[in-house]
This record gives sequence, structure tokens and C-alpha cells, in this order.
Amino acid sequence: MHPVVRTVLQRLGLGLVTLFVVSLILFSSIEFLPGDFGEAVLGQAALPETVAAFRKELGLDLPMHERYWQWLKGMLTGDMGNSFSGRGASGQDRSRPVVELLGPRLANTLFLAAMAAVISVPLALFLGITAALYRNSIYDRTVNALTLTTISFPEFFVAYCLILILSSFTKIFPSLANVGPETEFWERVYLTALPALTLTLVIVAHMMRMTRAAIINLMASPYIEMAELKGTPKAEIILRHALPNAWAPIVTVIAFNLAYLVVGVVVVEVVFVYPGVGQLMVDAVTTRDVPVVQGCAMVFAATYILLNLFADIISIITNPRLLHPR
Amino acid sequence: MSTDKPDITPSNEAELADQGFDEKELADQGYSAAAEVGMIKARRTLRENIWRGLKSAPPTALFGLGVITIYVFFALFAPLLAPYGEAEIFDLSYAPWSDEFMFGTDQLGRDILSRLIYGAQNTVGIAFITTLLAFVIGGGLGITAAINNGGWLDNLLSRSVDVLMAIPSLIFALILLSMFGANTLNLIFIIAILDSTRVFRIARAVSLNVVVMDYVEAARLRGEKMFWVLRREILPNIMPPLVAEFGLRFCFVFLTIAALSFLGVGIQPPTADWGSMVRETAGLIQFAEYDITAAMTPMLPAAAIALLTVAVNFVVDWFLHKSSGLKE
Amino acid sequence: MVDIKDLEKAAREGKLDRREFIKRAGALGLAAPFATTLLTQAVQAATPKKGGYYKLGYGHGSTTDSLDPSTHENGFMTATVYSYANHLFEVENTGKLVPELAESFEASKDATTWVIKLRKGVEFHNGKSFGADDVIAAINHHRGEDSKSAVKSLLDPVVEMKKTGSHEVTFTLASGNADFPYILSDYHLPILPEKDGRIDWQAGVGTGGYMVEKFDPGVSLKLKRNPNYWKAGRAHFDEAELISLIDVTARQNAVMNEEVHAIDRCDPKTVHLLGRNPKIRILESTGTLHYTMPMRVSQAPFDDYDVRMALKLAVDREQLVKKILLGHGAIGNDHPISTANPYHNGEMPQRAYDPDKARFHIKKAGMENQQIDLSTSDAAFSGAVDAALLVKDSAAKAGININVIREPKDGYWSNVWNKKGWCTCYWGGRPTEDWMFTAAYVAESKWNDTDWRTGPAADRFNELVVAARSELDTAKRREMYHECQQLVNDDGGALVPMFANFIQAINKQVVHADQVAANWDMDGHKSIERWWFA
Repeated sequence: MHPVVRTVLQRLGLGLVTLFVVSLILFSSIEFLPGDFGEAVLGQAALPETVAAFRKELGLDLPMHERYWQWLKGMLTGDMGNSFSGRGASGQDRSRPVVELLGPRLANTLFLAAMAAVISVPLALFLGITAALYRNSIYDRTVNALTLTTISFPEFFVAYCLILILSSFTKIFPSLANVGPETEFWERVYLTALPALTLTLVIVAHMMRMTRAAIINLMASPYIEMAELKGTPKAEIILRHALPNAWAPIVTVIAFNLAYLVVGVVVVEVVFVYPGVGQLMVDAVTTRDVPVVQGCAMVFAATYILLNLFADIISIITNPRLLHPR
Repeated sequence: MSTDKPDITPSNEAELADQGFDEKELADQGYSAAAEVGMIKARRTLRENIWRGLKSAPPTALFGLGVITIYVFFALFAPLLAPYGEAEIFDLSYAPWSDEFMFGTDQLGRDILSRLIYGAQNTVGIAFITTLLAFVIGGGLGITAAINNGGWLDNLLSRSVDVLMAIPSLIFALILLSMFGANTLNLIFIIAILDSTRVFRIARAVSLNVVVMDYVEAARLRGEKMFWVLRREILPNIMPPLVAEFGLRFCFVFLTIAALSFLGVGIQPPTADWGSMVRETAGLIQFAEYDITAAMTPMLPAAAIALLTVAVNFVVDWFLHKSSGLKE
Repeated sequence: MVDIKDLEKAAREGKLDRREFIKRAGALGLAAPFATTLLTQAVQAATPKKGGYYKLGYGHGSTTDSLDPSTHENGFMTATVYSYANHLFEVENTGKLVPELAESFEASKDATTWVIKLRKGVEFHNGKSFGADDVIAAINHHRGEDSKSAVKSLLDPVVEMKKTGSHEVTFTLASGNADFPYILSDYHLPILPEKDGRIDWQAGVGTGGYMVEKFDPGVSLKLKRNPNYWKAGRAHFDEAELISLIDVTARQNAVMNEEVHAIDRCDPKTVHLLGRNPKIRILESTGTLHYTMPMRVSQAPFDDYDVRMALKLAVDREQLVKKILLGHGAIGNDHPISTANPYHNGEMPQRAYDPDKARFHIKKAGMENQQIDLSTSDAAFSGAVDAALLVKDSAAKAGININVIREPKDGYWSNVWNKKGWCTCYWGGRPTEDWMFTAAYVAESKWNDTDWRTGPAADRFNELVVAARSELDTAKRREMYHECQQLVNDDGGALVPMFANFIQAINKQVVHADQVAANWDMDGHKSIERWWFA
């Protein structure tokens, strides 16, 4: 079998196992957290019998393994279940399916992640390559110091600074990114500009530094020295000789950061009032809305697994030794 | 020459080593590649070495070292250097910058300069311990997995790490801290364990390239113990990427603590830590138009973190440059 | 960051009005206040301008919100329900309780039977006309065995509810309650169209001044003016949008950058800077919102009267108001009744910071320099951790050693509050003394967070609360409530150091009547209905 195909299949299989274990871990840790959805939503107002009735309605009175098995059965048939919330009084069940809750928010999250990726990945590569090209120059040091400064600021701090400069003082972008499903594409781009920029500043340093390090790491290799001795221009050495061999570590870091864009943007969502999945998951954890927590976790874990798979494929494709094994 | 190996042609370094050195002598010396290279250096005293290193260091590295020294100094002698106590409350909250309170006071009337200095002790201390722990756990397991490449231990560890990494770490940390209680010790352990997954990946990946090297195989064939191989053969050769990662991870710990304090589970008050100090006062930035010194308040702890990040990474860059063998 | 427990806590609030209601227990009482209201409405109607798109930023809202009124638990949903639906009674901007969908009412002498006549000719947004069946369905929505409604216990005393005419409903209560109409103005009890004996809440259809265009839980609510609104001089904006802005900095940025016209819950620490923005006006109102530090008298060492007294004396209230509220509030006197309540006991001496006396009491209890834990989290109120640190600081001067523990925000209300011996907490307060005491201080209340249930003082207190509930003589009632406050202040476990103001920031284009309701933020959460653009 072709190594790429083999890796893909192997990884997808492992990914399913990973998803299963992740769901098990999250399910049981929420179980260990004090309080459940009945208590969280009904509040201290509720009489014990009301909570008991509500638990029964939600199926929370069943033992843990049975509830997990039910969830798993649903999941295997493509049904993520219904959110606990929205089950009203007097037995009326108006709860929304997890898919319906998750869908539009996931679209928003992916849009923001894509925006940030489109800005940050080329920028990081450009900065990394040029920094490697002019290493130890003033340019290199400045780029390094600047990017390090931006990642060492907490996200909300970067966000507030950007709002001050680009929203309060100059009125270029709005400070609220409250997009809806009907928002048009360019309008959406405009509204999400500040959150995307914040995320860019937060992740660009990591990718840029790895690009630079990976290239410099190769600069001492004999074949690069050879090229240098031949008198090949420096830029060409880096682009044609060093970069192709440096892809593997760079892509790994890019994948890691892209996963972060999808998974770890809760703080940015809160500051810009952006309706994404992160907020949904934090809300769901605090109310112990297990089906929603599990739904979000599955999406996050799948994103992570797929992005890593993607990084591995790139590593294999760019490395002839792996592409054509003996 | 060992008699149980009739093969005359030396096929690997182990054979070569056997030819060159007496086995017994080798065992006594505890031979390693690093030690052999270091033999020339060892003739100089430690002080000379440091001096030579510093003289050749680029200005950025010197700057970084200087900043780190100052931070460590402040962290060690915080109680002596801070003008007031860490939690000492004065009558005036939000006092302006003055001779009495150099950077003013915070919302409770605590001296901001004093809290910045104590913050060095708490934040840098906790971040350092956490990162170190993450590297001991992640690095140790990563190398072990690499030595066991493909074996059951490697598979078990790698898959467990995959699982842990697939769970959003901030939310997982939040759940764990709610479960075990949000004290500093738990904070250190939980962040260290979640962070160690990242270290594990890197340590394993770079070690994989090293364990297949001939000199490692040689050491193993000599019958060296696993731990010895790990410490003397593998570790020195995977240090550069690990150190680079250390520089960034160290700074990410500050940010994780800041984000967790955003969710209400950071370091216990009134302990001063820079991340929480930024969080507490960040809202003031939006009023830069009306009160510029107030808006500067969150800048101070943020700048303290940023300066340290830049300094640490400048030193790391220097180390990487030295170990890359590039002579420029 | 969203904090559901915070919202959960808000569910317990039902503060509606500060005014004395007992005067109007009979139908006769209606005339004066209702006339005043009509008058104010007429005056205001002359000035307001119609039109505009009003945007409002709220520091509440959660992805778990739903339009089902029995689940409402935060300010976002309160404002939602007040914009698209009406209630039987409402609290006016002047603070008076007036009939809304009710037209008039009559109570029996012992305040157990209430006959409520309903307004005629009112239509729901879907064209259905409003009548007695809608009221019965709306109230029944919260009653019954399997009800999970937050106001179930409030409606427990209702033994019977009968339709006594197409536009008349008669309520029978198990025991007299002079404050019953207050309960009917609770935001959980909007009148929604009845369908097969149940209310049809899914559609978001009511009789209110605005129609729901789009509701996105935890994000926003879009509204359009109801052209057939029955109430005169209300609902001036053409369109309105309510946006959930949980982060206080984001909220303040939004109003400063004119992306919304008004926000609630400004940070008291920076409000002086916010006020410097030339486009913004700061609106403050003092209400019944109070911050507390309940000590559970059933747990050691708080079972000792001297420990409680020592701690009450060791709190520097002035400093707390100055540093936690930055002056945007008032000091409390260790009982939950605010000056806004009808029977506030103003004659009782104010407890002041007195380290010497505190030292005396702590010595007497033999607890000098022994560690006392105080659990806190900013989930309790903004600045709760800081407040605990200030208490630690001031108590240290009296030889009391307080250990401040910051608990996780997540789960604070289920794991810490009402469980740990001493913690920080907030109460939105209640419009009437009876409601406040019944909610958190009587022996049978589950939310009795001080666990002050037994002992001669507590017994006396419980007797008084029951007696005062159906007492129609104002003077006697006043006396009873004054004694209640005294008992809580002296023997109770409640440490109530401060009452906080509601602080809102409003764009200067927006106009409202001189007096705004103080029962909630944002003109009693009715700014969408009451305010207009200049």
C-alpha cells in the first residue's frame, strides 16, 4: 500500500479510538464535578422532589455507564442527542438537538479560524524565511522581539489594545463582531477583522520562530554548504534547498496552531462577543449540559486529529525517504 | 577484542570503540561522546569558560542574560526590595504615580510597584517550577517512548498523549481544577501535566532520530543501563530543540495562569501574579483617551511578562545558534 | 466569561417595587396611584418622539436561555419578556405598582381572596384576543406537581384559581397575603396566548409593545414595534435589539464607540473615566441589591454569638463602600432591608467598625488569633475577592485571623454558597419585607444561607414574619418589621456590609423620564418600552 494511504487509514482508525477515549474521559470528569444539570438549571430554588423529577426526565437517574452507552449508541448512528436545556416546565420538551446548537456556531468558529489562518500562516512563513535569510541582522532581531512581545501578552490584553487603536481612536473596525447566519460575506470579513487580527498576533510568533529555526537548522548541512560554494544566491538556497526539507516541523507547528484557532478562542469570543463554539462549551460545562459538552469535545478532538493527519501527510509528501520507503 | 564476535570487519562504531579502548577502562570512565568533546574544554576552568562564552555572545544574548539576572535578583530579594508589603492596603485606591507610590496603587490601595516585585517571585517561581516539571515528565517519557520505539510502552504513552492533546486544554484544566480544588500546588501539577504532552511529542520526535544513531546502539550493546544511555547519550543530543521549546513553554505558563484567572481559578489571592494583575486592570486601557497613566497600569505587568519572554528567548536563540554549528 | 451561577442567582430575585403596597390592598386604593400613572403617561406622551433603532447591551445572557418563562433566570430574559409581553401588574418608573393587563382588583378583608378584572380589547401579536383563559394558563404553567418553575414556591399558596367571567379571574390563597399583586408582577409570569389549556410560548407571541423578530439564545434579540399596542405613550422605537455583552470591557467599549445606545452593570471602578466620554451619560439608581457575607450559625465557630458579633464589628463598611463600590452604594446594617423598602428601620443605630469591641468579643469566644476561613469568588459579586481581602485586613487589627480562600467561579453557588461556614454572596433584594425574609431568613426557607433557624431570637423572628404577612394595620406592621430587622442585625448570621447601586451608561441621544424605576437596572428592564430618541 502507498505509504500516504496507509498513514491516512492508520491515523483515521486511531483517531476513532482517540475520540472514544476523549468522550469517556470528559463524560466521567463531568460526572465527578459536583452538581448536575438538574441542580444547575433549577437553581437552589428547586425543591428536592422537583430536581428528582427533572433528573428522571433527563435520564440522569440512570447509572453512569448506561447513560454513556445510550449516548454512544446515538453517536454511532449519527445522532448527537438533544441538549438538556430548553426542557420547560409542565413536561413540555422543547430542547434543541445538539447539532442544531452546534452547527451555526461551528460555522462561525471555522470562519474566524480561516480568516486568522489566511492572514497568519503566510505572514509567519514570510517573516520566518526572511528572518532566516537575514539572520542575526537588525531585521531578524526586531521581528523576533516584536513577535515574542505579542505572544507574551494575554489574548484579552492584545484584544483591548487593538480595540483602542483600531476601533476607539480611528474607527476603522467595529469592536463588536456579532455576526448572524444572514450576515453577508464581506460584511462578515469586516466584522471579524479585529478578532482575526488578535488571533494572528497571538499565534504568528510560534509559527514564525519554528520556520526560522527549521531553516537555520539545515543551513549547516553539507548540501547547503555545497550550494553556497557553488555561488547560488542566498534566497534561492533557502527557498529551493532548505525550505523543502524544513516543511515537516513547520507544518506540525502550523497544524498545532490551527487547531488552537478552532479550540482555544474562548477568550477572544467573549471579548468580541463572537458567537462561536468555545463559549458554547464553557456554558455547557458550567451547566453540566453533558450532550453539548460531548458534542463540542467531539468536534474539537476531530479537528485536532484531522489537522495532525494533514501535517503528517505533508511531512511524508515532502520527504522522499518516507514517500518511497525501501 | 571480544571473542564472541568473529566478524572482523568493524561494521559499527561499537566495534571501532572496542578496537580503540579497553572495555574495563571504558566502563570506569563512563565514556560518552559529549565527555570526549568536552575534554578539550575541560582544561579551562569554569570561570574562564563562562567568560569566554560571554565575550563571544551577541548583544541580544547579553541583554537577555542581564534581564534574567535582574528578574532573579528581584525574585530572590523581593521582601527587601519592595517598598511596601505584598498585601499591604493603603487608604487611597487608584493613587496616581507619585514619590510615595512610584506606579500608584491598585483598586484596593496596594502599592503597584511592590506587587510587581513580589509578582516576580511568585510568577517566575511558579512558571519555572511548572515548566521544569513539565519537561521532566514530558521529556523523560518522550525519550523512554523513543527508546522503546514501536513497543507497547511507546504505543501506550503516545496514544495517551494524543487523547490528552485532543481535549481543549483550557477547558480540561478548568474541569480538573474545579474537581481537585484550585490551590497553587494543584495548579502547578495540572498545568505541568497538560503542558508535558506537548513536550512529550517534541522529545519523542527528536529522540527518534537520535536513538537510531550508531553511538546509541553502541552504548546499548556495551550493556549500558537504560538510564545511563538516556542521560549520557540521548539527552545531550536532543537538548537544542528542547531548550527552544522551554523558552516558549515557560512564557506560555504565564498566559495559562492569566487565562485561568480569567475563569476564576488562578493563584490564591492576595498573592501577586502578573497574569492576574493584567486581568484585573486590563479594562483601564479603553480609557487611554481620558487618563493615560491609568491606562498604563495594565501595561506594567504585561511589559514585565513580555520583557522576560523576549529575554529568555534571546538567550535560547544564542544557545541554538551555538549548538547549530553555524559560524557567523 | 459567562457565569451561569450568577444568572441562576438572579433567578431568585423578584424585586419589583419599593413602595408600600398595603395601602392599596382594597380596590379603593387603586384610584390614586393609577391616576398618577395615567397622568405621567399623558405628560410623557407629549414629549417622546417615535422612531429609531435602539440597541441595548446587557451583561447577561446564556446559550441555555429559552423563551419558556418558567426558565427565565437572568436580566437578558427579564428585559426580553418585558418587551414582548405584559403582566397583570407592573412596577411603574415612579416605583408604584399599577395594574397592567389587569384593570382593577378587589381583595377580601383577610387578603385571601383576590378578584382581578382584566383589560378588554387587548390583542396578542397573532391576532388572538386576550381573556381570562390566558391568565389561568399563564399562571398554571408554573404550578402543579411536575413544575420546575423558579416561581413554583411563590405560587404554592394559591389554592384555587377560577374564571369568574370572560375577563375576570378569582384567586384564593391558603393564607392572607397583602402583597399578592406584587407576586403577579414577577417577570416569570407574563401573560401569553393560551392554546389547549397551556400557554404557547414557543412563538414568542405576547401582548407587548414589540414583536420578536429573531431570538438567538446567549447572543441577541431583535424586536419590531407592535403597531397595535394597547398601552398609550409607550414603545417609541421602531426597532430594538438586545445584545448579550458579558465582558464588562467589551460592553463599555461598545457604548463608547456608539455601537450600542445603553449598557447595564458598568464597572464601578472605572465609571468616573467612562463618564468623561462626551457622548455618554451615567445613570445610577439605588435599590435593594446588597452584598452579604453569610455566616452559617449551625457551624462552628459561627454558632458562637460572640464570634458573629466580633466579625460584624471587625468589618470596615465605609472602606468597603469606598474601595469595592467606589462610593456607588451605601453601607448596610446587617439586615437585608434597604432604605428603598417600605418598612426600613432607620431608628436602629448603624453598626460601625470597632476593632476594640471586636477584640473584646473574639477574646470572650476564645478565638483570638485562631484562623477563620472566608470562602469567596468573584462569582458572588464583582470585587468579592477584594472585599474579602479588605475584611481580612480590617479584622487583623482586631486580633482576628481570617484566611481568604478563593473558590472556583464554576459551581460556586452549588458547592460553596449555603454550604461553607462563611462565604461572600449577593442578594438582589425584594420589594417587600415579607418577600425578602421569606426568601432567605425564615426557618423553612431552603435559601436560608445563614442557617439561622433555632434559638429564642430566631423563633421570635419567624413568628413575627407570619403575623406581619396578613396584618393590615400599617403601624403594627411597621413595628413588627422593625423588630425583625433588629433581631437579624443582632443575633442573625447575616453580615450585610453594603448596598450597591445599579450603574448604567447611556448615549445622550436617548431620553427617559426624570425618574427611572429602581427595582432593576435599565428602568426596571423596561427601557425598550419606556425610552425614546431625542
